[in-house]
Amino acid sequence: MSKAIQVNNLSKAYQLGEIGTGTISRDIERFIAKVRGKEDPFLKIGEENNRASKGQTGVVWSLKDINFEIEQGDTVGIIGRNGAGKSTLLKILSRVTAPTTGSIKIKGRIASLLEVGTGFHPDLTGRENIYLNGAILGMRKAEIKRKFDEIVDFSGVERYIDTPVKRYSSGMYVRLAFAVAAHLESEIMIVDEVLAVGDAEFQRKCLGKMGDVSKGEGRTVLFVSHNMAAVQKLCRDAIFLNNGNINAIGKTSNIVAEYLRSSTIQKSIYHISLPDNHESMMCYATQLQIEDVNGKLQQEIPIGHPWQIRVFFKVNQRAESFIIALSVYNSSDLVLRTSWSKKSDLSTGYYEAVFKEDQLIFSPGLYSLSLGLSNYEQSIHYLENMAEMTISDVSSSTLDQTIVRVNNVGVVLNPMYITIAESPVGKRI
Amino acid sequence: MIPATEEEWDIEITPKGSLFNLPLADIWHYRDLLLLLVRRDFVSFYKQTILGPLWFFVQPLFTTIIYTFVFGNLASIPTDGLPQPLFYLAGITAWNYFADCLVKTSTVFTANANLFGKVYFPRLILPLSIVVSNLIRFGIQMLLFFIIMIIYWIKGAHFHPTIYLLSFPILISLMALLGLGLGLIISAMTTKYRDLSFLVAFGVQLMMYLTTVIYPLSVVRSRYPSFAWLVEFNPMTSIIEAFRYGFLGQGTIIFSSLAVTTGTTLLILLVGIFIFNKVERNFIDTV
Repeated sequence: MSKAIQVNNLSKAYQLGEIGTGTISRDIERFIAKVRGKEDPFLKIGEENNRASKGQTGVVWSLKDINFEIEQGDTVGIIGRNGAGKSTLLKILSRVTAPTTGSIKIKGRIASLLEVGTGFHPDLTGRENIYLNGAILGMRKAEIKRKFDEIVDFSGVERYIDTPVKRYSSGMYVRLAFAVAAHLESEIMIVDEVLAVGDAEFQRKCLGKMGDVSKGEGRTVLFVSHNMAAVQKLCRDAIFLNNGNINAIGKTSNIVAEYLRSSTIQKSIYHISLPDNHESMMCYATQLQIEDVNGKLQQEIPIGHPWQIRVFFKVNQRAESFIIALSVYNSSDLVLRTSWSKKSDLSTGYYEAVFKEDQLIFSPGLYSLSLGLSNYEQSIHYLENMAEMTISDVSSSTLDQTIVRVNNVGVVLNPMYITIAESPVGKRI
Repeated sequence: MIPATEEEWDIEITPKGSLFNLPLADIWHYRDLLLLLVRRDFVSFYKQTILGPLWFFVQPLFTTIIYTFVFGNLASIPTDGLPQPLFYLAGITAWNYFADCLVKTSTVFTANANLFGKVYFPRLILPLSIVVSNLIRFGIQMLLFFIIMIIYWIKGAHFHPTIYLLSFPILISLMALLGLGLGLIISAMTTKYRDLSFLVAFGVQLMMYLTTVIYPLSVVRSRYPSFAWLVEFNPMTSIIEAFRYGFLGQGTIIFSSLAVTTGTTLLILLVGIFIFNKVERNFIDTV
């Protein structure tokens, strides 16, 4: 297989703050340095791009010495937090802006979709905009003409095709725009988070089209998204960018797991912040902890091992038909299972509930927990996504024979054994 | 070790491109875009209007009426013996073409930052499309000029086209390229520091008074000989004078200054492309 994209020591520096009178003196300084054949003083002071921390200078490296290669026909996901340099990388790749240092070599035509509907003119009709937008994206008029029916068909806005696009609903607008872009004939396609728009049916259609593009037509696709499910579905490989550096590169599932792990603060004890009126509530939870079976606090639970979750809660008024429930969500926010206790009548006091399982049978990854306290099936204290937990991989030799690797979208109801008892410790929390 | 450079690459993205590299092949590939952009400008201009393209007539027509009243009658500035409306309309039509090219091109980066920031296409396509759209507008306005010419011809006014009419295509190109070149320079210089953009709108207005739009060159020469150089120095003066002489048979053609105008235009255009190419690659970071 031959290479489609080769990136060598790519860096991009940005100037922070406003451009004003202070900038021109620096421009002159840079010019003098250039004339005298010296290094650009502007770049010497650049620092790592971390948007949250305060820096010393006004120059940041949005990308710093990036190196990677992409084979022809690969689909590569680019993931990372906001400000990690994803969009900068795509901008340089699509030749919207030039790098500060380094180079990129590309084989084949490149089509970038950093935004759908670029150059759409509100006063022009859908038909006119298809031609205009197609031409902006690099298609020849004859090419658009040939594919016109296909584009209209894909967009599903045939009835409106001779109406100015300013009369379109935003969804129709996006449908039309994506339809044009999806019919580009280029060897390399760059897509930036455009699937976040449109309704569910259309999103599925777009993802399907992108899958066709990469698998069926053998084109190279670079895809930036915060939607991990989409990245995992579409891309074989992924690049994880962090503060302008490549943090990891490799198989998508590994990279996504690493990204998710890095993007959350791992804790084993979660204190619950309570509303001001909590003393007037019938009951409320105060703390949740993730433990191994011996009650030792854990940040990660290895797959197949016994584990438990301990929840401290307080009952203010006698609670009848009390239920405590815990839900586990996967990284796509899909609820995998909910476990709830038997109905019980609790008098005032401090309690702890332990949710216990002999074998943790979820695939490795990051999961979040939601907790609910209720009486007579009426929710009293509900905490959504209040805790995160990691299930870690273990080597297969230590894995129990009975464990089946499960897909992370399975749903199992109430497999946990739950006990509720008086808690003297809970009083001190 | 076999170096990786042995592979053939279609596109190389590097920090600096060559400055005089005119991406002609690229522009040729995007020629459909140019035409569609022209169409967009033209069609979107008169969408949802009743008069449609007739609106292109309104501006020169009313300007001519006002000029005839103010400069022709109130100020009594002579017009080389030509009917006043015809004299002004010739000047206004030509000047407008130049001014529109200049003003529109000078804001090409700031006005299209959104488009430039999202898609790559040869950046020169947009300024070129501006020049071509304005050419169509100019063509329609020339139609008005011809209509007025015919009206005056029927009325028996004194004017006659001359052989210099043949220079018309050259004059148009000169106006277009001059406007384009100046516009490119200004647009490139305003991507980082906006100061110049304030100058353009009224600068063009003021420059019109230094051009022979509302008065003939012969009048300046006879009345203010010491300032005449200022008007002659303006490259647009010789173009408009030649334009009038070609169509109406009155005006002052100075071949030496036409030659200078041609030279200046080409120089400005080259500098414009040079600066535009330099700025184009990174302007999106500072605009």
